[in-house]
Amino acid sequence: MNGTFSRRRDRLLTYRAMREGKITSSRRTRCSACGAESPQLEWDRSLQVCPRCGFHAPVGAYYRLSNILDPGSFQELEEKLAPADPLSFPDYPAKLEQLEEATGLKDGAVAALGRIEGRRAVFGVLDSRFLMGSMGTAVGEKITRAAEYADKKRLPLVIFSASGGARMQEGIFSLMQMAKTAAAIQRFQSRGGLYISCFTHPTTGGVTASFASLGDIMLAEPGALIGFAGPRVIEQTIKEQLPEGFQRAEYLLDHGFLDRIVPRSEWRTVLSQLLALHEKGGRP
Amino acid sequence: MSRFTPEEKVKLARHPDRPGTADFIDALFTDFFEQRGDRFCGEDPSILGGIARFHGRPVTVVGHRKGKSLEENLRCNFGMPSPEGYRKAQRLMKQAEKFGRPIITFVDTPGAYPGKEAEERGQGEAIARCLALMSALEVPIISVITGEGGSGGALALAVANRVLMLEHAVYSVLSPEGFASILWKDSSRADEACGVMKLTAQDLRRGGIVQGVLREPEGGAHTDWQAVFRTMDAALTRELAGLEKWKGPALARQRYEMFRAMGQGLPPAGREEP
Repeated sequence: MNGTFSRRRDRLLTYRAMREGKITSSRRTRCSACGAESPQLEWDRSLQVCPRCGFHAPVGAYYRLSNILDPGSFQELEEKLAPADPLSFPDYPAKLEQLEEATGLKDGAVAALGRIEGRRAVFGVLDSRFLMGSMGTAVGEKITRAAEYADKKRLPLVIFSASGGARMQEGIFSLMQMAKTAAAIQRFQSRGGLYISCFTHPTTGGVTASFASLGDIMLAEPGALIGFAGPRVIEQTIKEQLPEGFQRAEYLLDHGFLDRIVPRSEWRTVLSQLLALHEKGGRP
Repeated sequence: MSRFTPEEKVKLARHPDRPGTADFIDALFTDFFEQRGDRFCGEDPSILGGIARFHGRPVTVVGHRKGKSLEENLRCNFGMPSPEGYRKAQRLMKQAEKFGRPIITFVDTPGAYPGKEAEERGQGEAIARCLALMSALEVPIISVITGEGGSGGALALAVANRVLMLEHAVYSVLSPEGFASILWKDSSRADEACGVMKLTAQDLRRGGIVQGVLREPEGGAHTDWQAVFRTMDAALTRELAGLEKWKGPALARQRYEMFRAMGQGLPPAGREEP
């Protein structure tokens, strides 16, 4: 690996992760789950996990990658992939522009090539700051290209989901991204590729009902809300209140849909172990 | 082409007297043998499927079932499937591939059921598996959106080589009510949503989402079932004849490429590699 370039890329990732941090940081930060205020410094030390209640607050895609990848190994893929407005939806382009300004992202997903303890993999990370990480055509296309790239290079694929589901503003074209991403994952897996799916809070709708549920290995952060229908929709439908902990990662583990719950500080260790167990991209 | 507004089409698509999956099976297929159960834990009547003959040729047919009477509606949960329904569909479609039978699906659902037990048993996973499975099957698949194509619950049976739509059927990312409720926090603006969603067969044909639109009788499918059956029969016959010339891997490739191309959302020059 070329030293100068890898150092430059590393600085770029750190810069982007810090930029994300600034958007949410103040001196003391209130936990949206328990309401307790803690010094930002403590939040930073715990990787944005509430020091009081352990709530894993949503984080940006670059921040997450910067905490998982080997220093200097980050290489962004398909960085220029931009969203479209296939329905000519009122005010949508302006909204996209505003979000790009605020987050530094073109849309709600980042794809990258990187290493964990020296082992290469392709990463896809959804970012809930961008319209709830909803999947429009650009997010679907990026996940698809990540899977195709991993297939071509015979590398494992790791995807962190955080999404409200299909993006309403792109209508039916968003819905079709479910079929497209699921097909790409299916093709990748059928050729022996290892796909590790990592749910983070919250992941619902069309992302749960497509690529996120198809992992060879299924992982989730503690307390993450994971479901097809959102809790409010279910409560309105069945006209009763849902029990505490419903659709949380722990609940899914109990019902057989996850292999393991991974606290944020342990992602590197767990992913490293899994990549090592599947040396050569999971192929014999 | 059409005298109906998108709002009116939504009403026609939901019309209780519109022919449904069971009616199409009765009228167009012979020798129907219903297959029940997902072989894990249950049987979901909101998806109807089995083996039948289409002009003498064995096929697998699967579709959403809303039911005709109130009693049937309740039993079929108004056509909103649970994970058991989608897992049954997967079982039937895998079997179709094993025995080299083409698959015909009829899509008509408000959406997958958003219920407590459905979540508990993995509604998201069940739909995701349907999508992945259908994308790779090496037999011809033809899907027809006959009424409401609601969200992932509809798409789960519509990853086909040819997706057709009845003229006044609708197909959308979410129901207009849900769409208005999410975007504008006001489900009463559903009619307005119908306008911006581009959910009509004509819009979707233009957008490359469906490959054919089937004419309905004047006034809608519920006014003359026999006419609808004739149109449907001709369309299925034509599409099947075309697809049966293809080999299995070519069918899977065509399906993959078709969905792959939907909404790339960017100029083709954007591809890059490190």
